[in-house]
Amino acid sequence: MAGVRALGVLSRFTSRRYALYSARTHVNYEVKGDVAVVRINDPNSKVNTLSVQMQKEMAEVMDEVWANNAVQSAVLISSKPGCFIAGADINMIQGCNNAEEVTTLSKEGQKMFERIEKSPKPIVAAINGSCLGGGLEVGLPNAFDMMLTGRNIRADKAKKMGLVHQLVDPLGPGLKSPEERTMDYLEEVAIEYARGIVSKKIPIHKVKGSMESKLLLNYVMSFGLVRNQIYNTVQSKVMKQSKGLYPAPLKIIECVKAGVEQGPVAGYLAESQNFGQLAKTSESAALIGLYQGQVACKKNRFGTPQREVKTLAILGAGLMGAGIAQVTVDKGVHTVLKDTTVSGLARGEQQVYKGLNDKTKKKNITSFQRDSILSNLTGQLDYSNFAKADMVIEAVFEDINIKHAVLKEVEAVVSPHCIFATNTSALPIKDIAAASKRPDKVIGMHYFSPVDKMQLLEIITTDKTSKDTTASAVAVGLKQGKVIIVVRDGPGFYTTRCLAPMLAEAVRVLQEGVDPKKLDALTTSFGFPVGAATLADEVGIDVAAHVAEDLGKAFGSRFGGGNVEVLKTMVDLGFKGRKSGKGCYIYQPGLKTKEVNPDIVDIGQSSDQDSPCYRLVSRFVNEAVLCLQEGILINPLEGDIGAVFGLGFPPCLGGPFRFVDSFGADKLVEKMRQYEAVYGNQFTPCQLLLDHAKDSTKRFHM
Amino acid sequence: MASMLLNTMRAGSVSPSWAVRLTACYCLTFLSVQTKSKKTLSRPGVKNIVLVEGVRTPFLLSGTTYADLMPHDLARAALQGLLQRTGLSKDAVDYIIYGTVIQEVKTSNVAREASLGAGFSDKIPSHTVTMACISSNVAMTSAVGLIAAGQCDSVVAGGVEFMSDVPIRHSRKMRKTMLSLNKAKTLGQRLSLIGSIRMAHLSPELPAVAEFSTAESMGHSADRLAAAFGVSRVEQDEFALRSHTLAKSAQDAGLLKDVISFKVPGRDIVSKDNGIRPSSMEQMGRLKAAFIKPHGTVTAANSSFLTDGASAVLVMSEEKALAMGYKPKAYLRDFVYVSQDPKDQLLLGPTYGTPKVLERAGLAMSDIDVFEFHEAFAGQIMANLKAMDSDWFGQTYLGRKSKVGAPPMEKFNLWGGSLSLGHPFGATGCRLVTTVAHRLQKEGGQYGLVAACAAGGQGHAMVIEAYPQ
Repeated sequence: MAGVRALGVLSRFTSRRYALYSARTHVNYEVKGDVAVVRINDPNSKVNTLSVQMQKEMAEVMDEVWANNAVQSAVLISSKPGCFIAGADINMIQGCNNAEEVTTLSKEGQKMFERIEKSPKPIVAAINGSCLGGGLEVGLPNAFDMMLTGRNIRADKAKKMGLVHQLVDPLGPGLKSPEERTMDYLEEVAIEYARGIVSKKIPIHKVKGSMESKLLLNYVMSFGLVRNQIYNTVQSKVMKQSKGLYPAPLKIIECVKAGVEQGPVAGYLAESQNFGQLAKTSESAALIGLYQGQVACKKNRFGTPQREVKTLAILGAGLMGAGIAQVTVDKGVHTVLKDTTVSGLARGEQQVYKGLNDKTKKKNITSFQRDSILSNLTGQLDYSNFAKADMVIEAVFEDINIKHAVLKEVEAVVSPHCIFATNTSALPIKDIAAASKRPDKVIGMHYFSPVDKMQLLEIITTDKTSKDTTASAVAVGLKQGKVIIVVRDGPGFYTTRCLAPMLAEAVRVLQEGVDPKKLDALTTSFGFPVGAATLADEVGIDVAAHVAEDLGKAFGSRFGGGNVEVLKTMVDLGFKGRKSGKGCYIYQPGLKTKEVNPDIVDIGQSSDQDSPCYRLVSRFVNEAVLCLQEGILINPLEGDIGAVFGLGFPPCLGGPFRFVDSFGADKLVEKMRQYEAVYGNQFTPCQLLLDHAKDSTKRFHM
Repeated sequence: MASMLLNTMRAGSVSPSWAVRLTACYCLTFLSVQTKSKKTLSRPGVKNIVLVEGVRTPFLLSGTTYADLMPHDLARAALQGLLQRTGLSKDAVDYIIYGTVIQEVKTSNVAREASLGAGFSDKIPSHTVTMACISSNVAMTSAVGLIAAGQCDSVVAGGVEFMSDVPIRHSRKMRKTMLSLNKAKTLGQRLSLIGSIRMAHLSPELPAVAEFSTAESMGHSADRLAAAFGVSRVEQDEFALRSHTLAKSAQDAGLLKDVISFKVPGRDIVSKDNGIRPSSMEQMGRLKAAFIKPHGTVTAANSSFLTDGASAVLVMSEEKALAMGYKPKAYLRDFVYVSQDPKDQLLLGPTYGTPKVLERAGLAMSDIDVFEFHEAFAGQIMANLKAMDSDWFGQTYLGRKSKVGAPPMEKFNLWGGSLSLGHPFGATGCRLVTTVAHRLQKEGGQYGLVAACAAGGQGHAMVIEAYPQ
């Protein structure tokens, strides 16, 4: 259960600054005939959370409902369309000073759930919208019957899983707005349902599956040996997925085990104690920090742009271009995808189609929605209709001359208000903008591949980029569902600049004879979701070589490490990474497993090494801190978000800046000095990092 | 009685003076006709187009007496009935148009097969149109268009639906295998194709009962619509009961004159609709929800049922009709087609169409004497009435300053409707128009309004003016 709650914490919490302690503000009820309708409504937030106040009032109200003889049953409903209970209150957990306080809170919550579960009167939970974490527990207990409304497939799934008993379809417009009327309707149906339960017209428990299989399951589960085997299997699965870096899933197994083996009392106790401990771990702080950062990066601090982008043109239907089209076309934006060849365009359009068709297969959208979304996409080989474009994003080959050429071509055909965004991972925007007649309309929008999966968008502004252009780019990114960081222009901006030294170091490690699989295993066990060798293949060896060379020129020996010539040799051999089928690994279509490219082993000589992870990470972190020092980054928060969501920096560490805070700047500097002695100036800590090392009160995050 | 008197009066009245007629009407029928001087909707430069006659086969529950026929047989019966009723010679029309929804693949241009079968000259071109439940409305308005454009003078329009037999197909996989089998050249190729057939290939594909764009069945949508407008189960059952009761008395009183007798091959002569079954509120209340279970409100009793039937109307320019010696029944005036969100407003066509067509015709709701709305579901009709009576809906969705206003029930579907008479999808439109013409004659009104919803979120409305008697 703690796990479910933790899920809520990660995915759905909003900040709530204060709770009012006055007469009942969060929970109220009204008796309709013999049914008490209990309404949950947090007046201070867009969502309902299980705050102290909510729990207290809920307990009071339920006492009154139980005491009222006229009431036969109750309906539990939220007054907020689209949200039942989103889970525990994250600020409440953060506000606790130690694990014991959290444990106490958790116990209070358990008590409330237990009481509701043991309610002498039937309770129908009428759920419209998100029901997460603790919210799910309010609905879940067996004594309950639940209802759920929702537009998406999740509601059907919940019914199939047996989480809810009945679905209510959302209504369209009637005599009130669809949202209002749907809430009323849900309440009406829930009341009817509650009465049906009381009059025994509606059975509460529906036996799912055949009795025999249930009996068999119970019988098998009665053997301790079988149960142990199950615990072990689950545990090893969790370990495999989390590498033991996230403590919560293991604790959940512990709690379930305690509950099953030693009874519910021990289970509840284990749950509340573990929850208390978990809430105060550095992992918890890191994840909460990321959550809050993500919320902050989903806002447009540049205000509303003068013009909404209604038509977006994309140059280049490659992986990137088509990916950008994919995330744009389904937001109701007319999307023009232009390429120079028919085959390139066809490939790009197929990518967009496939993305949508996969969603159709998963029943997230209907085939009709797919078709109607696709009707917003125009594929073409020329610049016709570009006059209508409000923004053009180019995703052509990373070559300054080509970029200049398309910029000039575009400026010749678009209207004066049209923004030109360039999707480059390393070329300085000001260099690209140098060819522009209106540099105020030029901006960098650095997407990450695959665009439909990677959440981050790095927006790069030059000194000449206007504020409205930035606001418009951010607005488009937000519409595309991106988490956005806005950084200043410079070679490699922020993300590429952090990644490059890390990859350079990875190449050096490979050259030292660590094989790619080993390197991947080492880095993933450190918390990177994708190993360094695989990452190099994903980014593309040619891109890495390109970037290494460019940034090497800009920043000098600090960006050295692995020999750039090695990368170039690989490119010459055709080992460009995943896209060419060979890189550090060999990729075969249709095969999920990949073999180490035997030819690559030859590039290094074997030697014994201790874990090279800190070499990789310290260069990454140092560069990130330097970006803040140089003003490329506005604040450490965006630096953390960019690193985690764009580059896969270990989420359990919360990002490079939080890592410095939790690991200790002084310890990091000490490590770097050791490496510096061996490898040279690539490990020289930057000034800001040294400042933090000197003064332990200096922190990036409060 | 009053209406009988009226007919006598009318028959005796030599002068077609409006004043006399309307006074008579006012005194004798107690209709809430506002007797301000109603002018004709005739406009200079616009051809007057008239409905000469309208007939239909009896509408039968599918799977009953018509069970062994084919769709064109029904359409043929309606056409023959029209020929008989009008005494029209078989080469005297310029064009024949039919509406249908579920096409029999062998007779996809059912208009042509039926007209040949009915003995019409093979020189008369005919085509088939489809627009869900307003298919025969499209057939009629296409006829109006052909006449208005001067291409034709007299056109037969009609509609047919045959639900006793619908095309059930092999699965797509099976079809693909069978088509490849056609092309296979060697025995080996054939055997390997036959060998590839699996159990899954054999599951048949029924004609979709669901809206293609949303995958939602119409009954489900009607239930949600009723809930959105807060239409209760009781209101729906009451309206359905009203429909059946009114249909029964109209049938008993012999008012359903558009129904022709049809000798069904191998069976008896059919001359009456067989779905009219006035029940009681108690009986209806016992039924379970048919679509949204268990808490829905749309049941089998308050929905229209699957029906077999065909209809036909003769539409002419006024000049031509008079020249041929016909006494037209009514003028077909302004009409509109509307469409909206097929998900949440699937069945609100009448709400959108009514104010629009009234505006076109320059009429107010109060000017209309006869309303004939297609009753797909009692819940759908009640929802439309509530939508038209809601200021909020009018302002928010119709872009009006205030509500449209609901038609008064004392003028509304007085001879039953699709709920009780039956609803052969493609044929209902002609029934509505003919019924308006007959009711205008019977009740002495001047303007009638037809409105209907259709799958796809579409709708239709038409103003019909009585032909001076």
